[in-house]
Amino acid sequence: MGSGRLYLAVAVGGFRRYASYRAATAAGVFTNTVFGLILVYTYLALWEEKPGLGGYDQAQAVTYVWLGQCLYATLAIQGGGAEKDLMERIRTGEIAVDLYRPVDLQVWWLAGDVGRALFQMLGRGVVPFVFGWLFFPMALPTEVTVWAAFAVTLLLATVVSFAIRYLAALSVFWLMDGMGVGQVLMITGVFFSGMVLPLNAFPGVYGDVVRVLPWAAQIQMPADVLMGEAEPLGAFAFQAAWAVALLALGRLVQSAATRRVVVQGG
Amino acid sequence: MDPFTMDPFIELDGVEKVFDVRRKTGFLKRERHRVRAVDSISFTVARGEMVGYIGPNGAGKSTTIKMLTGILTPSGGRLRVAGIDPSRERKRLAHRMGVVFGQRTTLWWDLPLIDSYKLMHRMYRIPDARYRENLDRMVELLDLGELLAVPVRQLSLGQRMRGDIAAALLHDPEVLYLDEPTIGLDVISKTKVRDFLRQLNAERATTVLLTTHDLQDIEQLCSRVMVIDHGRLVYDGALAGLHEAGESERTLVVDLERELPPIEAPPPARVVRVEGPRQWLAFPASASAAGLVARIAAEYPLVDLSVREPDIEAVIAKMYAERADRAVS
Repeated sequence: MGSGRLYLAVAVGGFRRYASYRAATAAGVFTNTVFGLILVYTYLALWEEKPGLGGYDQAQAVTYVWLGQCLYATLAIQGGGAEKDLMERIRTGEIAVDLYRPVDLQVWWLAGDVGRALFQMLGRGVVPFVFGWLFFPMALPTEVTVWAAFAVTLLLATVVSFAIRYLAALSVFWLMDGMGVGQVLMITGVFFSGMVLPLNAFPGVYGDVVRVLPWAAQIQMPADVLMGEAEPLGAFAFQAAWAVALLALGRLVQSAATRRVVVQGG
Repeated sequence: MDPFTMDPFIELDGVEKVFDVRRKTGFLKRERHRVRAVDSISFTVARGEMVGYIGPNGAGKSTTIKMLTGILTPSGGRLRVAGIDPSRERKRLAHRMGVVFGQRTTLWWDLPLIDSYKLMHRMYRIPDARYRENLDRMVELLDLGELLAVPVRQLSLGQRMRGDIAAALLHDPEVLYLDEPTIGLDVISKTKVRDFLRQLNAERATTVLLTTHDLQDIEQLCSRVMVIDHGRLVYDGALAGLHEAGESERTLVVDLERELPPIEAPPPARVVRVEGPRQWLAFPASASAAGLVARIAAEYPLVDLSVREPDIEAVIAKMYAERADRAVS
């Protein structure tokens, strides 16, 4: 219970940290709105040519776009969440400060990242989404239960997203620098999360593979649950399985990292 | 033996830390070699002692502190802090120790200082009354009142350092490790930090281990100093003894009117460097500069001069060189 209050405080801190950068948030809102517009018109042209692509109609395709813009910063699809700070702390040796605290490193960073995600959604994600809802026909549900299930998929998506990025960040213990890993994260994140095109729309074996990778838990799952394209329980199970597996792997790597790798810097 | 060894709080017995370093020697070719960062060090620190731990860069100071805090596991030897093996029970020990790294911060960069303290409150599960009392005390002694609402990124280095020291002490640690606590601080901030540490040690009997490059930190705070070089403990005793053991020298820098051959100074003073009209003379730290200055002023066209105190690196370097000489002869 005592540690619950600690991690709650860490999450609140994560939220407030990002809230303190107002100009960056405003710029982000603008960027996501513009990107949303570009993608919407691209998708509309595409769906005009190929109706029902990926099992979506035009309204669903538009909904998918604005949801993607809403979750882009929330789930740190391109990176830029807790893992960025963690990589920097490992690189500079600053991580030593975290290690002598009586806390669990992984839960600490997860809590901070959840706080960050919540702010990014409210501060940066909601506006483009509402903008889309105002100006384009969207396929949104009216049942409260669907929205509730959607909220659960968002939370699970945040945990999976964190777990992937946490693993990537830990690699800096061996690589000594996060530049390369950051770029890999960015490319895999954008592509495999379905930022470019819904994963449902990918054909053949390639589509079958990307739809079972952990990134599928990020935008595809919440979108399909929101639009009634996926069973909520199945989606939860898929996301939770990846969350548990990746967090467990993260703990394994973390203990190896802290046991045998030199903490950099004097 | 000093009387403190009766109640050892920190105990090191033949502690070693060996790193395997892999170095690239060509395309895909790597060479492995072992580096002994800490090479069989033994010492004890009693509860309530304040000890300076010094040595040149790369001597093994930080490695020792990392082992004491449990971040690094020793490769050999026995290490105990308050009877606990730090690397095995890192989190348990964490509740009993405070750490301040001068060049790192434990504070939350983007948030007001007070937020970091609230976090410490939860992190160390400090009872509410105790937390309030300690915070009030820190705020008063370290002059933090006006800073609590300021985001850490806006604090000056000295302010941030005071903030960090407070953060390390809110949970009443029994031992405090300070790594370069005054690095980069101005004179006023240095004085504040030192006064505070002295008071802390006197009132709460907090054991303090301090690494520094600033000889004055040691002079003003520590009755005992340990010197480490190349991973070995080369000196353990009073500071005064260190100057003797190191036969440290001061430097007299003189500016002459024009370029001249090296000044013929009375031994043991001697010219160690000449650069245009400027010359550097080394003389024993224990000797007065007055005679030497008078003599030069009388015989040479003197324009300006200054005396430089021996810096700790030089003292230690000299000491180490002499140790090596003795080992050879």
